[in-house]
Amino acid sequence: MSFDPHIITDHLDDIGNGFLVTLGTWSSGVVLGLLLGLVIALAQVFGNNFVRAPLRVFIEIIRSTPFLVQLFLLYYGGPSFGLEMDPIPAGILGLAVYGSVYFAEIFRGGFESIPRGQLEAADCLGIGRLRCIVRIQLPQMAVIILPALVNLVTVLCKETAVLSIITIPELTMVLTGIGSQTFAFVETLLALCIGYLILVEACSRLGMLLETRVGRFMQRQPQ
Amino acid sequence: MNNTQATLALASAANESTAPESRKAMIQLQGVGKHFGQLRVLKGIDLTIHHSEVVCLIGPSGSGKSTLLRSMAFLEEYDEGQINIEGQLLGWQNAEASGVARKRAPQAKINQVRQNVGMVFQQFNLWPHMTALGNVTEALQQVRKQSKAQARERALAMLDKVGLAHKADAYPIQLSGGQQQRVAIARALAMEPHIMLFDEPTSALDPELVGEVLQVMKTLAKEGMTMVVVTHEMGFAAQVADSVIFLDKGEVVARGTPQQIFHDAEHPRLQQFLQNYLDRNAFWQDGKDAAAAKP
Repeated sequence: MSFDPHIITDHLDDIGNGFLVTLGTWSSGVVLGLLLGLVIALAQVFGNNFVRAPLRVFIEIIRSTPFLVQLFLLYYGGPSFGLEMDPIPAGILGLAVYGSVYFAEIFRGGFESIPRGQLEAADCLGIGRLRCIVRIQLPQMAVIILPALVNLVTVLCKETAVLSIITIPELTMVLTGIGSQTFAFVETLLALCIGYLILVEACSRLGMLLETRVGRFMQRQPQ
Repeated sequence: MNNTQATLALASAANESTAPESRKAMIQLQGVGKHFGQLRVLKGIDLTIHHSEVVCLIGPSGSGKSTLLRSMAFLEEYDEGQINIEGQLLGWQNAEASGVARKRAPQAKINQVRQNVGMVFQQFNLWPHMTALGNVTEALQQVRKQSKAQARERALAMLDKVGLAHKADAYPIQLSGGQQQRVAIARALAMEPHIMLFDEPTSALDPELVGEVLQVMKTLAKEGMTMVVVTHEMGFAAQVADSVIFLDKGEVVARGTPQQIFHDAEHPRLQQFLQNYLDRNAFWQDGKDAAAAKP
């Protein structure tokens, strides 16, 4: 068995670009997915049944179909419904929609974890519903739901590999491309693993930093 | 002006105790009822509470005393009769209607009517992610639109009033139950309420922490705050209350001065309630009696 590091070093430019595309689609997809998920969760928690029922159906459809199929449907099936998109926007949208239903479930659990009494206290003082969400519910929820959020964000990081099937030149597409040209599968796939490892590890570290930051009020001893 | 006079006239007409004529009716309840599903937990309560009056609500659990108190802040949507806070109808657009015809007032109107009502809860309900100071400044800044410096000054004064200025930067988890409840009282007082509602404020506290909270409440009562207190602290009710109301099964069974309620209790249900209370709290008896009391 041979191992040729030059396969990687010779293509550093392409690999670097692929890495950036992965990072870009991932982070945009996550931000969009978080926003979408928050809106869905709010609609579920505060909306009436006319809002809740269709959302429930939407969540079930997205949760029970593979991301790959959703992406195919969006990119290749989209034009039949008048939805023509470039690969990268389609990829970001697909990732966001796929992530949003899981984000929504995490947020919903978070909203339900804040004791009702705290909201009654806010209500009595004349603090409105929106302010209550922003100032009282979200900051406390953050502590509870952050581990689950970070978990989902890392899963979405690895799901970006699927974006290669709609011709987005991200890390997986670049490295498997080099692999099939040079037949150096070991080098390229190993590099691919390391690429994702770096992204996921960075994300987990950031998550842990955030957890201690938002959880300061849980500490019994003053700092 | 006419309105005020009408209120005053009503107040004095409804006033059966020795309160002076000038006392204004702060809270008026007329035929207030409330259902939880099929269960009618409040059955047509009539009640007038005057300025500076301290009213204690006592009764067995399930008697509706907490529901009655919470209705006065519209935390429970009472579904019969009406509640007026300083002459303004609370919560509904049309309290004379019943069932689905009853329409909730807009949120802004509800908040406007109860802006002078402060509420203190059994479980404190502080916001744990904010410091003691933050808990008090929050509504001052967000609702009263005070500047940060203004709110801070007011909040520190309120914390000082409850003896906790030195704990301003502590988070609720770093405070004892008694201290948390005092912060909660400061939070309500910061909004300059005319009426304070207390829902079993000491029931979640260790017995040795009850005193500090009751002390703050006694000071408030002395300063002339109108207070409605749901409590199991009969000692507090006896010392501080102007009138004590005994509720049972959603009805006012007896109302009177502490003397009338605790000493001259006539109603059998009240006598039984007080006897249970005394039995539970008599943990030491003289030798002879204790021996006699043994089964």
